[in-house]
Amino acid sequence: MKKKRVVLTLPPDLIEQPIVYNLIKNHDLMVSILRANITPKEQGRLVIELSGEKRKVDAGMAYLAGLEIEIQPLAQDIKWHEDRCIHCTFCVPTCPTGALHRDEEGLQVSFNKDKCIACELCIKVCPYNVVEIQF
Amino acid sequence: MAKTIKEINERIKKGKAVVVTAEEVIELAEKKGTKKAAQEVDVVTTGTFGPMCSSGAYFNFGHTKPRIKVGGGTSFLNNVPAYTGFAAVDIYIGATAIPDGDPRNSVFPGEFNYGGGHVIEDLVNGKDVAFVGTGYGTDCYPRKHVETLINIKDLNEAVLFNPRNGYQNYNVAVNLSDKVIYTYMGMLQPRLGNANYCSAGQLSPLLNDPLYKTIGIGTRIFLGGGIGYVVWNGTQHNPGVKRTPGGVPTSPAGTLAVMGDLKQMSPQWLKGASFTGYGVTLTVGIGIPIPILNEEILVHAAVKDEDIKAQVVDYSQSYPQVQPGSLGEVNYSQLKSGTIEVNGKKINTGGISSYAKAREIAQSLKQSIEKGAFLLTEPVALLPSADAGVTFKLLNERPLRKTRGK
Ligand code: SF4
Ligand code: SF4
Repeated sequence: MKKKRVVLTLPPDLIEQPIVYNLIKNHDLMVSILRANITPKEQGRLVIELSGEKRKVDAGMAYLAGLEIEIQPLAQDIKWHEDRCIHCTFCVPTCPTGALHRDEEGLQVSFNKDKCIACELCIKVCPYNVVEIQF
Repeated sequence: MAKTIKEINERIKKGKAVVVTAEEVIELAEKKGTKKAAQEVDVVTTGTFGPMCSSGAYFNFGHTKPRIKVGGGTSFLNNVPAYTGFAAVDIYIGATAIPDGDPRNSVFPGEFNYGGGHVIEDLVNGKDVAFVGTGYGTDCYPRKHVETLINIKDLNEAVLFNPRNGYQNYNVAVNLSDKVIYTYMGMLQPRLGNANYCSAGQLSPLLNDPLYKTIGIGTRIFLGGGIGYVVWNGTQHNPGVKRTPGGVPTSPAGTLAVMGDLKQMSPQWLKGASFTGYGVTLTVGIGIPIPILNEEILVHAAVKDEDIKAQVVDYSQSYPQVQPGSLGEVNYSQLKSGTIEVNGKKINTGGISSYAKAREIAQSLKQSIEKGAFLLTEPVALLPSADAGVTFKLLNERPLRKTRGK
């Protein structure tokens, strides 16, 4: 089993292509849509998680690479500026996946990129601009 | 044997004072007993680092040539309006001020990316800030417009002056309604989705001197990374609330008005903060030394999170509509554990005030005192305490008379 999270940026002419359908049907992958932001005639932004056998995930990725779209691993999109964090724990209960986490003592907050699904909830919560989604 | 502040200062000067933080004193009192601990310890240091909306700073930016009187005119720092109702070139900027063009909550929830709190942080950070001022022109102050970059180092005075800081205890905010709400206690998820609290608990200054026996007007403090003073009680100072047998208030009570030289302060301890759907504020670092003059003062300073209780308040209805009533009482040890129980439901908690930073402040103040770089002051007057008969009033609204004199 392999999982891969990617951010896809689609040009206008590709927005109406059944990319997710192809990934499921032709490559036998499970696709979770984590975020989607599509503006007709402009550009689309899709955050998806592909899971399945390693071979199939790789084939799915190769299919995506063959399209005229920009692909970035999800982790690159989220930046947690640790130097700006005051470790207040304000964001912790809001994070749905535990990507933002407090230690046992409740003193230090840490960020685990792998768990982050880019839901952006913490961005609204953190008063100090610590988490940045770089689109 | 009781000590005096003078004696403690003598020991500080000789590098012999025993200084512990409000966390360290807990263990010490448990180990040695409060009597012995009170004899040994000279000073307990406290700390807090949280958003405090009633904060601001005043400046004298120096006379222009020819002169302008922005007093009665307008002034803006990085587009954020500052108050000009003073003399020619004195202005005051409040932490919650927002640029005139900010959409505020018209696109809900507003982002409030920049405001007074951020201007103060930028100035303290040594950044140039755009200043635009207007005056109406007089014979002695003919100029009507000024537009320039200013820098904190060029100002005659830059003084942080906060009418209400250091709240002694605070509510725990929850949301009983069916929709998300945006408050000064943060984003609250519907149906008790989360609970936010805002106090450093056992490290918080006024919770370690609950009856204001040592902290008073003239107390020298750590303020924003520099040195400041308590100058008055804060606004809404409400010492008459319910207290535990140990004297600790179980709801918001005392407050402090503080001031200090902004030029000495640091952006690490004064941070502009944006609360989605609510507004802008300033997060302020404060640390207050408590001289251990006798055993009673030590017992107070040894207060633990378990012994400090706070009220869980619904911010969808109770708070905005000023309806009394609490959904329950929890202590800070529970709050810091990450979950509390309200109405039989387990809720995750989030802190707004940073305990980690409160600890750093208490440690840094401890080190300054140990080095002899920070001496204690004798307060010139104490703050009104639990027995002072202070009442906390709501506004009594009365209709305006539309046709005066008729
Ligand atoms: S965007 Fe923020 S809240 Fe959402 S999963 Fe990532 S860290 Fe958690
Ligand atoms: S809300 Fe911001 S400052 Fe506070 S712990 Fe989370 S990321 Fe850090």
